[in-house]
Amino acid sequence: MIQVERLTKTFGAVRAVDGVSFEARRGEILGLLGPNGAGKTTTLRMLTGYLAPTSGRIRVGDYSTPGDPLEVKRITGYLPESAPLYPEMLVFDYLAFIAAARAIPAADRRRRIGDAAELCGIREVMHQPIAEISKGYKQRVGLAAVMLADPEILVLDEPTSGLDPNQIAEIREIIRRIGRAKTVIFSTHILSEAEATCDRVVIIHRGRIAADRPTAELKEALGGKIRLAILLEGADADGVERTLAPVAGVEELSCGPPDEAGRLPVAVVFAAGADPRAEIYRRIRGTDWTLLDFHLQRQSLEEVFRELTREG
Amino acid sequence: MRAAWTVCRRECSAYFASPIAYIVIVIFLLVVGWFFFSTFFLLNQASLRGFFRMLPVVFAFVVPAVTMRQFAEEFHSGSCEILLTLPVRLTEIVFGKFLACTIFVAALLAPTLAYPLLVASLGDLDPGPVIGGYLGALLLGAAFAAVGLFASALTKSQIVAFLTGSAISFGLCLVDQMAYFLPEAAARPLAHLAADVHFENIARGLVDTRDVLYFLSLGFLALYATVLVLEEKHG
Repeated sequence: MIQVERLTKTFGAVRAVDGVSFEARRGEILGLLGPNGAGKTTTLRMLTGYLAPTSGRIRVGDYSTPGDPLEVKRITGYLPESAPLYPEMLVFDYLAFIAAARAIPAADRRRRIGDAAELCGIREVMHQPIAEISKGYKQRVGLAAVMLADPEILVLDEPTSGLDPNQIAEIREIIRRIGRAKTVIFSTHILSEAEATCDRVVIIHRGRIAADRPTAELKEALGGKIRLAILLEGADADGVERTLAPVAGVEELSCGPPDEAGRLPVAVVFAAGADPRAEIYRRIRGTDWTLLDFHLQRQSLEEVFRELTREG
Repeated sequence: MRAAWTVCRRECSAYFASPIAYIVIVIFLLVVGWFFFSTFFLLNQASLRGFFRMLPVVFAFVVPAVTMRQFAEEFHSGSCEILLTLPVRLTEIVFGKFLACTIFVAALLAPTLAYPLLVASLGDLDPGPVIGGYLGALLLGAAFAAVGLFASALTKSQIVAFLTGSAISFGLCLVDQMAYFLPEAAARPLAHLAADVHFENIARGLVDTRDVLYFLSLGFLALYATVLVLEEKHG
Protein backbone atom coordinates (compact mmCIF):
# COMPACT_ATOMS: atom_id res chain seq x y z
CA MET A 1 0.00 0.00 0.00
CA ILE A 2 2.86 2.39 0.89
CA GLN A 3 6.37 2.08 -0.44
CA VAL A 4 9.00 4.51 0.72
CA GLU A 5 12.22 4.47 -1.28
CA ARG A 6 15.46 6.12 -0.17
CA LEU A 7 13.62 9.07 1.33
CA THR A 8 15.88 11.95 2.35
CA LYS A 9 15.12 15.35 3.81
CA THR A 10 17.68 18.00 4.60
CA PHE A 11 17.13 21.30 6.38
CA GLY A 12 20.19 23.41 5.52
CA ALA A 13 23.16 21.36 6.63
CA VAL A 14 21.06 19.04 8.80
CA ARG A 15 20.05 15.70 7.30
CA ALA A 16 16.86 14.94 9.25
CA VAL A 17 15.95 11.84 7.25
CA ASP A 18 18.68 9.91 5.49
CA GLY A 19 17.78 7.34 2.84
CA VAL A 20 14.82 5.77 4.66
CA SER A 21 13.04 2.89 2.88
CA PHE A 22 10.16 0.79 4.17
CA GLU A 23 6.82 -0.68 3.17
CA ALA A 24 3.41 -0.89 4.81
CA ARG A 25 0.71 -3.27 3.62
CA ARG A 26 -3.08 -3.02 3.77
CA GLY A 27 -4.48 -4.07 7.13
CA GLU A 28 -1.14 -3.53 8.81
CA ILE A 29 -0.39 -1.25 11.74
CA LEU A 30 3.15 -0.01 11.35
CA GLY A 31 4.88 1.72 14.24
CA LEU A 32 7.58 4.26 13.57
CA LEU A 33 9.69 4.22 16.66
CA GLY A 34 12.63 6.35 17.62
CA PRO A 35 14.06 8.73 20.18
CA ASN A 36 13.13 12.41 20.00
CA GLY A 37 14.72 14.08 16.97
CA ALA A 38 15.20 10.75 15.17
CA GLY A 39 13.29 11.93 12.07
CA LYS A 40 9.92 10.25 12.69
CA THR A 41 7.76 13.35 12.32
CA THR A 42 9.70 14.56 9.27
CA THR A 43 9.16 11.16 7.66
CA LEU A 44 5.43 11.27 8.39
CA ARG A 45 5.20 14.85 7.11
CA MET A 46 6.73 13.73 3.83
CA LEU A 47 4.36 10.74 3.64
CA THR A 48 1.37 13.08 3.93
CA GLY A 49 2.63 15.71 1.49
CA TYR A 50 3.18 18.40 4.14
CA LEU A 51 6.89 18.48 3.35
CA ALA A 52 8.48 17.73 0.01
CA PRO A 53 11.33 15.18 0.15
CA THR A 54 14.80 16.40 -0.82
CA SER A 55 15.19 13.10 -2.67
CA GLY A 56 13.57 9.69 -2.80
CA ARG A 57 10.10 8.54 -3.70
CA ILE A 58 6.90 7.67 -1.88
CA ARG A 59 4.39 5.39 -3.56
CA VAL A 60 0.94 5.40 -1.99
CA GLY A 61 -1.47 2.98 -3.69
CA ASP A 62 -1.38 3.83 -7.39
CA TYR A 63 0.04 7.30 -6.83
CA SER A 64 3.42 8.70 -5.97
CA THR A 65 5.05 11.87 -4.66
CA PRO A 66 6.52 13.89 -6.14
CA GLY A 67 3.99 13.60 -8.95
CA ASP A 68 0.44 13.22 -7.65
CA PRO A 69 0.43 15.10 -4.32
CA LEU A 70 -3.32 15.81 -4.38
CA GLU A 71 -4.20 12.17 -5.11
CA VAL A 72 -1.89 11.03 -2.31
CA LYS A 73 -3.56 13.51 0.05
CA ARG A 74 -6.97 12.27 -1.05
CA ILE A 75 -6.33 8.68 0.04
CA THR A 76 -4.32 9.59 3.14
CA GLY A 77 -5.64 10.85 6.45
CA TYR A 78 -3.18 12.60 8.75
CA LEU A 79 -3.41 13.45 12.43
CA PRO A 80 -0.41 15.52 13.56
CA GLU A 81 0.94 15.39 17.10
CA SER A 82 -1.32 17.02 19.74
CA ALA A 83 -4.23 17.19 17.24
CA PRO A 84 -3.99 20.89 16.29
CA LEU A 85 -7.65 21.63 15.58
CA TYR A 86 -9.39 25.01 15.35
CA PRO A 87 -10.29 25.77 18.98
CA GLU A 88 -13.03 28.31 18.25
CA MET A 89 -15.10 25.83 16.21
CA LEU A 90 -17.76 23.46 17.48
CA VAL A 91 -16.81 19.81 17.04
CA PHE A 92 -19.64 19.27 14.53
CA ASP A 93 -18.69 22.38 12.53
CA TYR A 94 -15.06 21.28 12.43
CA LEU A 95 -16.00 17.85 11.09
CA ALA A 96 -18.36 19.48 8.57
CA PHE A 97 -15.50 21.74 7.41
CA ILE A 98 -13.14 18.78 6.93
CA ALA A 99 -15.91 16.85 5.14
CA ALA A 100 -16.49 19.77 2.76
CA ALA A 101 -12.74 20.28 2.18
CA ARG A 102 -12.41 16.57 1.40
CA ALA A 103 -15.23 16.96 -1.15
CA ILE A 104 -17.59 14.50 0.55
CA PRO A 105 -20.97 14.99 -1.18
CA ALA A 106 -23.24 17.25 0.88
CA ALA A 107 -25.96 14.57 1.01
CA ASP A 108 -23.52 12.12 2.63
CA ARG A 109 -21.89 14.46 5.13
CA ARG A 110 -24.27 14.03 8.08
CA ARG A 111 -24.15 10.24 7.84
CA ARG A 112 -20.33 10.20 7.53
CA ILE A 113 -19.93 12.60 10.45
CA GLY A 114 -22.29 10.40 12.50
CA ASP A 115 -20.35 7.23 11.60
CA ALA A 116 -16.98 8.80 12.43
CA ALA A 117 -18.38 10.21 15.70
CA GLU A 118 -19.69 6.75 16.61
CA LEU A 119 -16.38 5.04 15.78
CA CYS A 120 -14.36 7.51 17.84
CA GLY A 121 -16.88 7.92 20.67
CA ILE A 122 -17.40 11.68 20.44
CA ARG A 123 -21.19 11.90 20.12
CA GLU A 124 -21.53 13.59 23.51
CA VAL A 125 -19.22 16.51 22.60
CA MET A 126 -20.45 17.20 19.06
CA HIS A 127 -21.92 20.59 19.97
CA GLN A 128 -19.17 21.80 22.26
CA PRO A 129 -16.41 24.22 21.25
CA ILE A 130 -13.13 22.36 20.62
CA ALA A 131 -11.36 24.71 23.07
CA GLU A 132 -13.54 23.35 25.89
CA ILE A 133 -13.15 19.59 25.40
CA SER A 134 -10.46 17.44 27.04
CA LYS A 135 -7.21 16.50 25.35
CA GLY A 136 -8.43 12.92 24.94
CA TYR A 137 -11.57 14.12 23.18
CA LYS A 138 -9.51 16.46 20.98
CA GLN A 139 -7.43 13.49 19.90
CA ARG A 140 -10.58 11.54 19.15
CA VAL A 141 -12.08 14.46 17.20
CA GLY A 142 -8.83 14.55 15.19
CA LEU A 143 -9.17 10.83 14.52
CA ALA A 144 -12.82 11.23 13.56
CA ALA A 145 -11.83 14.00 11.12
CA VAL A 146 -9.23 11.67 9.63
CA MET A 147 -11.81 8.87 9.29
CA LEU A 148 -14.48 11.04 7.63
CA ALA A 149 -13.31 10.47 4.07
CA ASP A 150 -12.65 6.79 4.79
CA PRO A 151 -8.99 7.06 3.69
CA GLU A 152 -6.99 3.98 2.69
CA ILE A 153 -4.06 5.09 4.81
CA LEU A 154 -3.95 6.69 8.21
CA VAL A 155 -0.86 8.50 9.38
CA LEU A 156 -0.85 9.38 13.07
CA ASP A 157 1.95 11.28 14.77
CA GLU A 158 2.26 10.35 18.46
CA PRO A 159 -1.50 9.83 18.77
CA THR A 160 -1.45 9.16 22.50
CA SER A 161 1.06 11.77 23.59
CA GLY A 162 -0.04 13.66 26.67
CA LEU A 163 -3.07 11.48 27.39
CA ASP A 164 -3.90 9.76 30.66
CA PRO A 165 -3.77 5.93 30.85
CA ASN A 166 -7.52 5.50 30.27
CA GLN A 167 -7.46 7.80 27.26
CA ILE A 168 -4.38 5.99 25.91
CA ALA A 169 -6.19 2.65 26.15
CA GLU A 170 -9.21 4.10 24.34
CA ILE A 171 -7.17 5.60 21.51
CA ARG A 172 -5.19 2.36 21.12
CA GLU A 173 -8.44 0.42 20.86
CA ILE A 174 -9.73 2.79 18.15
CA ILE A 175 -6.43 2.47 16.23
CA ARG A 176 -6.60 -1.33 16.46
CA ARG A 177 -10.20 -1.28 15.22
CA ILE A 178 -9.29 0.99 12.30
CA GLY A 179 -6.14 -1.02 11.56
CA ARG A 180 -8.14 -4.17 10.74
CA ALA A 181 -9.13 -2.78 7.33
CA LYS A 182 -6.74 0.14 6.74
CA THR A 183 -3.05 0.76 6.60
CA VAL A 184 -2.09 2.63 9.74
CA ILE A 185 1.32 4.21 10.25
CA PHE A 186 1.94 5.88 13.54
CA SER A 187 4.94 7.26 15.30
CA THR A 188 5.60 6.91 18.97
CA HIS A 189 8.42 6.96 21.43
CA ILE A 190 6.28 5.05 23.93
CA LEU A 191 7.61 1.57 23.36
CA SER A 192 4.88 -0.29 25.15
CA GLU A 193 2.48 1.34 22.74
CA ALA A 194 4.28 -0.05 19.70
CA GLU A 195 4.45 -3.41 21.43
CA ALA A 196 0.72 -3.35 22.23
CA THR A 197 -0.60 -1.94 18.97
CA CYS A 198 1.74 -2.54 16.02
CA ASP A 199 2.05 -5.51 13.72
CA ARG A 200 5.40 -4.24 12.58
CA VAL A 201 7.95 -1.80 13.94
CA VAL A 202 10.40 0.41 12.05
CA ILE A 203 12.99 1.87 14.38
CA ILE A 204 14.47 5.16 13.19
CA HIS A 205 17.60 6.57 14.72
CA ARG A 206 19.44 9.68 13.54
CA GLY A 207 17.37 9.75 10.36
CA ARG A 208 18.19 6.17 9.40
CA ILE A 209 16.41 2.87 9.83
CA ALA A 210 17.91 0.83 12.64
CA ALA A 211 15.43 -2.06 12.40
CA ASP A 212 12.36 -3.04 10.38
CA ARG A 213 10.67 -6.26 11.53
CA PRO A 214 7.34 -7.64 12.71
CA THR A 215 7.02 -6.72 16.39
CA ALA A 216 7.24 -10.30 17.65
CA GLU A 217 10.10 -11.18 15.30
CA LEU A 218 12.06 -8.12 16.32
CA LYS A 219 11.82 -9.04 19.97
CA GLU A 220 12.65 -12.63 19.12
CA ALA A 221 15.65 -11.77 16.96
CA LEU A 222 17.14 -9.18 19.22
CA GLY A 223 15.67 -10.36 22.44
CA GLY A 224 15.77 -14.08 21.79
CA LYS A 225 17.39 -14.47 25.16
CA ILE A 226 14.82 -15.34 27.76
CA ARG A 227 15.63 -14.46 31.32
CA LEU A 228 14.48 -16.35 34.41
CA ALA A 229 14.17 -14.26 37.54
CA ILE A 230 14.57 -16.21 40.79
CA LEU A 231 14.45 -15.01 44.39
CA LEU A 232 16.03 -17.30 47.00
CA GLU A 233 16.17 -17.22 50.77
CA GLY A 234 19.05 -18.82 52.59
CA ALA A 235 21.26 -18.98 49.50
CA ASP A 236 24.67 -17.47 48.81
CA ALA A 237 26.05 -16.37 45.45
CA ASP A 238 28.83 -18.99 45.30
CA GLY A 239 26.44 -21.83 46.11
CA VAL A 240 23.98 -20.66 43.45
CA GLU A 241 26.80 -20.40 40.91
CA ARG A 242 27.97 -23.97 41.71
CA THR A 243 24.48 -25.44 41.60
CA LEU A 244 22.86 -23.70 38.63
CA ALA A 245 25.65 -22.62 36.25
CA PRO A 246 26.39 -26.19 35.02
CA VAL A 247 22.74 -26.80 34.00
CA ALA A 248 22.52 -27.37 30.25
CA GLY A 249 20.86 -24.41 28.50
CA VAL A 250 22.03 -21.81 31.02
CA GLU A 251 24.07 -19.26 29.12
CA GLU A 252 24.55 -16.65 31.75
CA LEU A 253 23.93 -16.51 35.47
CA SER A 254 24.20 -13.49 37.70
CA CYS A 255 23.39 -12.90 41.34
CA GLY A 256 22.42 -9.48 42.60
CA PRO A 257 23.32 -8.21 46.03
CA PRO A 258 21.05 -9.72 48.75
CA ASP A 259 18.29 -7.40 49.99
CA GLU A 260 17.86 -6.27 53.63
CA ALA A 261 16.09 -9.52 54.50
CA GLY A 262 19.00 -11.51 53.06
CA ARG A 263 17.06 -12.68 49.99
CA LEU A 264 19.22 -13.24 46.93
CA PRO A 265 17.95 -12.23 43.45
CA VAL A 266 19.28 -14.42 40.65
CA ALA A 267 18.98 -13.83 36.90
CA VAL A 268 19.46 -16.76 34.55
CA VAL A 269 19.73 -16.14 30.80
CA PHE A 270 18.82 -19.11 28.61
CA ALA A 271 20.71 -20.12 25.48
CA ALA A 272 18.69 -19.62 22.27
CA GLY A 273 15.97 -22.27 21.99
CA ALA A 274 16.71 -23.80 25.42
CA ASP A 275 14.27 -24.06 28.35
CA PRO A 276 16.08 -25.45 31.41
CA ARG A 277 13.40 -24.39 33.92
CA ALA A 278 12.53 -27.92 35.03
CA GLU A 279 16.17 -28.84 35.76
CA ILE A 280 16.80 -25.53 37.56
CA TYR A 281 13.74 -26.16 39.74
CA ARG A 282 14.86 -29.73 40.54
CA ARG A 283 18.31 -28.50 41.58
CA ILE A 284 16.87 -25.78 43.82
CA ARG A 285 14.51 -28.35 45.40
CA GLY A 286 17.56 -30.47 46.24
CA THR A 287 19.01 -27.68 48.41
CA ASP A 288 17.81 -26.14 51.68
CA TRP A 289 17.07 -22.78 50.01
CA THR A 290 13.57 -21.37 50.05
CA LEU A 291 12.24 -20.48 46.61
CA LEU A 292 10.30 -17.20 46.85
CA ASP A 293 9.97 -16.23 43.20
CA PHE A 294 10.46 -18.00 39.89
CA HIS A 295 9.27 -16.25 36.72
CA LEU A 296 10.25 -15.68 33.10
CA GLN A 297 11.14 -12.25 31.77
CA ARG A 298 11.15 -11.66 28.03
CA GLN A 299 13.34 -8.84 26.82
CA SER A 300 10.95 -5.95 26.27
CA LEU A 301 10.90 -3.83 23.17
CA GLU A 302 12.21 -1.10 25.41
CA GLU A 303 15.44 -2.99 25.91
CA VAL A 304 15.62 -3.80 22.20
CA PHE A 305 15.09 -0.14 21.43
CA ARG A 306 17.81 0.95 23.85
CA GLU A 307 20.18 -1.59 22.37
CA LEU A 308 19.56 -0.37 18.82
CA THR A 309 19.65 3.33 19.52
CA ARG A 310 22.48 3.36 22.03
CA GLU A 311 24.72 6.36 21.43
CA GLY A 312 28.28 5.85 20.23
CA MET B 1 -13.07 27.11 -6.43
CA ARG B 2 -15.31 24.89 -4.30
CA ALA B 3 -12.46 24.30 -1.85
CA ALA B 4 -11.63 28.03 -1.79
CA TRP B 5 -15.23 28.75 -0.85
CA THR B 6 -15.06 26.10 1.93
CA VAL B 7 -11.90 27.73 3.34
CA CYS B 8 -13.49 31.18 3.00
CA ARG B 9 -16.61 30.11 4.92
CA ARG B 10 -14.50 28.67 7.72
CA GLU B 11 -12.43 31.83 7.99
CA CYS B 12 -15.52 34.04 7.98
CA SER B 13 -17.12 32.00 10.76
CA ALA B 14 -13.82 32.17 12.70
CA TYR B 15 -13.82 35.98 12.35
CA PHE B 16 -17.38 36.50 13.43
CA ALA B 17 -17.31 33.87 16.19
CA SER B 18 -14.63 35.88 17.95
CA PRO B 19 -15.18 39.17 19.80
CA ILE B 20 -11.95 40.53 18.25
CA ALA B 21 -13.75 41.04 14.92
CA TYR B 22 -16.39 43.23 16.55
CA ILE B 23 -13.76 45.12 18.54
CA VAL B 24 -11.82 45.87 15.32
CA ILE B 25 -15.03 47.04 13.60
CA VAL B 26 -15.98 49.28 16.54
CA ILE B 27 -12.48 50.79 16.81
CA PHE B 28 -12.42 51.41 13.04
CA LEU B 29 -15.81 53.13 13.15
CA LEU B 30 -14.85 55.25 16.16
CA VAL B 31 -11.57 56.38 14.61
CA VAL B 32 -12.87 57.20 11.12
CA GLY B 33 -16.12 58.61 12.52
CA TRP B 34 -14.35 60.95 14.92
CA PHE B 35 -11.82 62.19 12.36
CA PHE B 36 -14.48 62.64 9.69
CA PHE B 37 -17.07 64.42 11.77
CA SER B 38 -14.59 66.57 13.70
CA THR B 39 -13.89 68.52 10.48
CA PHE B 40 -17.12 67.86 8.58
CA PHE B 41 -19.15 70.68 10.13
CA LEU B 42 -16.22 73.14 9.96
CA LEU B 43 -15.86 72.60 6.20
CA ASN B 44 -19.63 72.94 5.76
CA GLN B 45 -19.61 70.80 2.56
CA ALA B 46 -21.92 67.88 1.75
CA SER B 47 -19.03 65.61 0.76
CA LEU B 48 -17.37 62.43 1.98
CA ARG B 49 -13.94 63.52 0.72
CA GLY B 50 -12.56 63.84 4.26
CA PHE B 51 -13.66 60.28 5.08
CA PHE B 52 -12.14 58.75 1.95
CA ARG B 53 -8.90 60.78 2.24
CA MET B 54 -7.97 59.13 5.52
CA LEU B 55 -8.93 55.58 4.44
CA PRO B 56 -5.56 54.50 2.87
CA VAL B 57 -3.61 55.26 6.08
CA VAL B 58 -6.30 53.78 8.36
CA PHE B 59 -6.50 50.65 6.19
CA ALA B 60 -2.69 50.36 6.28
CA PHE B 61 -3.07 49.55 10.00
CA VAL B 62 -6.51 47.99 10.26
CA VAL B 63 -6.32 45.50 7.35
CA PRO B 64 -3.01 43.90 8.50
CA ALA B 65 -4.65 43.48 11.93
CA VAL B 66 -7.43 41.57 10.17
CA THR B 67 -5.07 39.38 8.13
CA MET B 68 -2.23 38.80 10.61
CA ARG B 69 -3.64 35.58 12.07
CA GLN B 70 -4.46 33.91 8.75
CA PHE B 71 -1.26 31.89 8.27
CA ALA B 72 0.82 32.97 11.30
CA GLU B 73 -1.71 31.43 13.70
CA GLU B 74 -1.97 28.27 11.59
CA PHE B 75 1.83 27.88 11.77
CA HIS B 76 1.88 28.71 15.48
CA SER B 77 -0.84 26.25 16.49
CA GLY B 78 0.18 23.58 13.99
CA SER B 79 -3.27 23.48 12.36
CA CYS B 80 -1.53 24.23 9.04
CA GLU B 81 -0.37 20.59 9.13
CA ILE B 82 -3.99 19.51 8.80
CA LEU B 83 -4.96 22.29 6.37
CA LEU B 84 -2.00 21.73 4.03
CA THR B 85 -2.47 17.95 3.97
CA LEU B 86 -6.10 18.17 2.87
CA PRO B 87 -6.60 17.40 -0.83
CA VAL B 88 -6.85 21.12 -1.60
CA ARG B 89 -4.51 23.21 -3.79
CA LEU B 90 -2.40 25.91 -2.16
CA THR B 91 -3.91 28.46 -4.53
CA GLU B 92 -7.40 27.52 -3.28
CA ILE B 93 -6.36 27.88 0.37
CA VAL B 94 -4.75 31.28 -0.28
CA PHE B 95 -7.68 32.50 -2.36
CA GLY B 96 -10.20 31.27 0.21
CA LYS B 97 -8.44 33.16 2.99
CA PHE B 98 -8.11 36.25 0.78
CA LEU B 99 -11.83 36.15 0.03
CA ALA B 100 -12.65 35.92 3.75
CA CYS B 101 -10.41 38.92 4.52
CA THR B 102 -12.01 40.93 1.71
CA ILE B 103 -15.48 40.07 3.04
CA PHE B 104 -14.32 41.30 6.45
CA VAL B 105 -13.10 44.57 4.90
CA ALA B 106 -16.54 44.92 3.28
CA ALA B 107 -18.10 44.30 6.70
CA LEU B 108 -15.89 47.08 8.11
CA LEU B 109 -17.09 49.48 5.44
CA ALA B 110 -20.78 48.49 5.54
CA PRO B 111 -21.73 50.50 8.65
CA THR B 112 -20.09 53.62 7.17
CA LEU B 113 -22.79 53.59 4.48
CA ALA B 114 -24.74 55.51 7.10
CA TYR B 115 -22.39 58.49 6.50
CA PRO B 116 -23.53 59.24 2.92
CA LEU B 117 -27.15 58.81 4.01
CA LEU B 118 -26.60 61.31 6.83
CA VAL B 119 -24.65 63.74 4.64
CA ALA B 120 -27.28 63.50 1.87
CA SER B 121 -29.94 64.49 4.41
CA LEU B 122 -27.92 67.59 5.33
CA GLY B 123 -27.03 68.83 1.82
CA ASP B 124 -26.70 68.07 -1.88
CA LEU B 125 -24.39 65.04 -2.04
CA ASP B 126 -22.86 64.08 -5.42
CA PRO B 127 -23.35 60.28 -5.70
CA GLY B 128 -20.46 59.73 -8.21
CA PRO B 129 -17.55 60.26 -5.77
CA VAL B 130 -19.42 58.26 -3.10
CA ILE B 131 -19.87 55.22 -5.36
CA GLY B 132 -16.29 55.62 -6.64
CA GLY B 133 -15.02 56.03 -3.08
CA TYR B 134 -16.62 52.81 -1.88
CA LEU B 135 -15.48 50.90 -4.96
CA GLY B 136 -11.94 52.24 -4.43
CA ALA B 137 -12.09 51.43 -0.72
CA LEU B 138 -13.02 47.85 -1.50
CA LEU B 139 -10.22 47.55 -4.06
CA LEU B 140 -7.73 49.16 -1.67
CA GLY B 141 -8.85 46.94 1.22
CA ALA B 142 -8.62 43.80 -0.94
CA ALA B 143 -5.12 44.73 -2.16
CA PHE B 144 -3.94 45.42 1.41
CA ALA B 145 -5.56 42.14 2.51
CA ALA B 146 -3.43 40.32 -0.08
CA VAL B 147 -0.33 42.14 1.22
CA GLY B 148 -1.30 41.22 4.79
CA LEU B 149 -1.74 37.56 3.82
CA PHE B 150 1.73 37.57 2.29
CA ALA B 151 3.15 39.01 5.53
CA SER B 152 1.25 36.40 7.55
CA ALA B 153 2.67 33.56 5.42
CA LEU B 154 6.21 34.66 6.27
CA THR B 155 6.10 34.07 10.02
CA LYS B 156 4.65 32.22 13.00
CA SER B 157 4.23 35.45 14.95
CA GLN B 158 1.05 37.46 14.50
CA ILE B 159 2.80 40.61 15.74
CA VAL B 160 5.58 40.24 13.15
CA ALA B 161 2.92 39.58 10.49
CA PHE B 162 1.02 42.72 11.54
CA LEU B 163 4.14 44.92 11.58
CA THR B 164 5.35 43.59 8.21
CA GLY B 165 1.92 43.98 6.61
CA SER B 166 1.51 47.50 8.03
CA ALA B 167 5.01 48.54 6.96
CA ILE B 168 4.41 47.44 3.35
CA SER B 169 0.90 48.95 3.21
CA PHE B 170 1.96 52.20 4.89
CA GLY B 171 4.99 52.35 2.59
CA LEU B 172 2.65 52.04 -0.42
CA CYS B 173 0.65 55.00 0.95
CA LEU B 174 3.74 57.16 1.46
CA VAL B 175 5.77 56.24 -1.58
CA ASP B 176 4.63 59.29 -3.61
CA GLN B 177 5.59 61.65 -0.79
CA MET B 178 8.96 59.97 -0.31
CA ALA B 179 9.54 60.33 -4.04
CA TYR B 180 9.87 64.14 -3.58
CA PHE B 181 13.38 63.56 -2.29
CA LEU B 182 14.42 61.61 -5.39
CA PRO B 183 15.47 62.89 -8.83
CA GLU B 184 12.48 63.34 -11.10
CA ALA B 185 13.45 60.45 -13.36
CA ALA B 186 13.18 58.08 -10.40
CA ALA B 187 10.32 59.89 -8.67
CA ARG B 188 7.83 59.66 -11.54
CA PRO B 189 7.73 55.83 -11.89
CA LEU B 190 7.84 55.49 -8.12
CA ALA B 191 4.82 57.75 -7.74
CA HIS B 192 2.82 55.30 -9.88
CA LEU B 193 3.27 52.75 -7.10
CA ALA B 194 1.43 54.95 -4.58
CA ALA B 195 -1.77 53.26 -3.39
CA ASP B 196 -3.28 56.49 -2.06
CA VAL B 197 -2.92 58.31 -5.40
CA HIS B 198 -4.74 55.51 -7.29
CA PHE B 199 -7.38 55.36 -4.57
CA GLU B 200 -7.97 59.13 -4.64
CA ASN B 201 -8.40 59.00 -8.41
CA ILE B 202 -11.20 56.44 -8.05
CA ALA B 203 -12.65 58.27 -5.04
CA ARG B 204 -13.11 61.38 -7.19
CA GLY B 205 -15.69 59.38 -9.09
CA LEU B 206 -13.47 58.75 -12.13
CA VAL B 207 -13.05 55.02 -12.44
CA ASP B 208 -9.95 54.73 -14.64
CA THR B 209 -8.89 51.22 -15.70
CA ARG B 210 -5.26 52.13 -14.82
CA ASP B 211 -6.22 52.64 -11.19
CA VAL B 212 -8.36 49.50 -11.08
CA LEU B 213 -5.54 47.53 -12.74
CA TYR B 214 -3.08 48.85 -10.14
CA PHE B 215 -5.09 47.36 -7.28
CA LEU B 216 -5.78 44.13 -9.16
CA SER B 217 -2.06 43.78 -9.98
CA LEU B 218 -0.98 44.56 -6.42
CA GLY B 219 -3.45 41.99 -5.08
CA PHE B 220 -2.44 39.36 -7.63
CA LEU B 221 1.29 39.89 -7.00
CA ALA B 222 0.87 39.65 -3.23
CA LEU B 223 -1.27 36.49 -3.48
CA TYR B 224 1.17 34.92 -5.94
CA ALA B 225 4.05 35.74 -3.56
CA THR B 226 2.02 34.14 -0.72
CA VAL B 227 1.65 30.92 -2.73
CA LEU B 228 5.39 30.96 -3.51
CA VAL B 229 6.28 31.43 0.17
CA LEU B 230 4.02 28.52 1.16
CA GLU B 231 5.40 26.35 -1.64
CA GLU B 232 8.92 27.13 -0.53
CA LYS B 233 8.04 26.11 3.02
CA HIS B 234 5.91 23.07 2.27
CA GLY B 235 5.65 22.34 -1.43
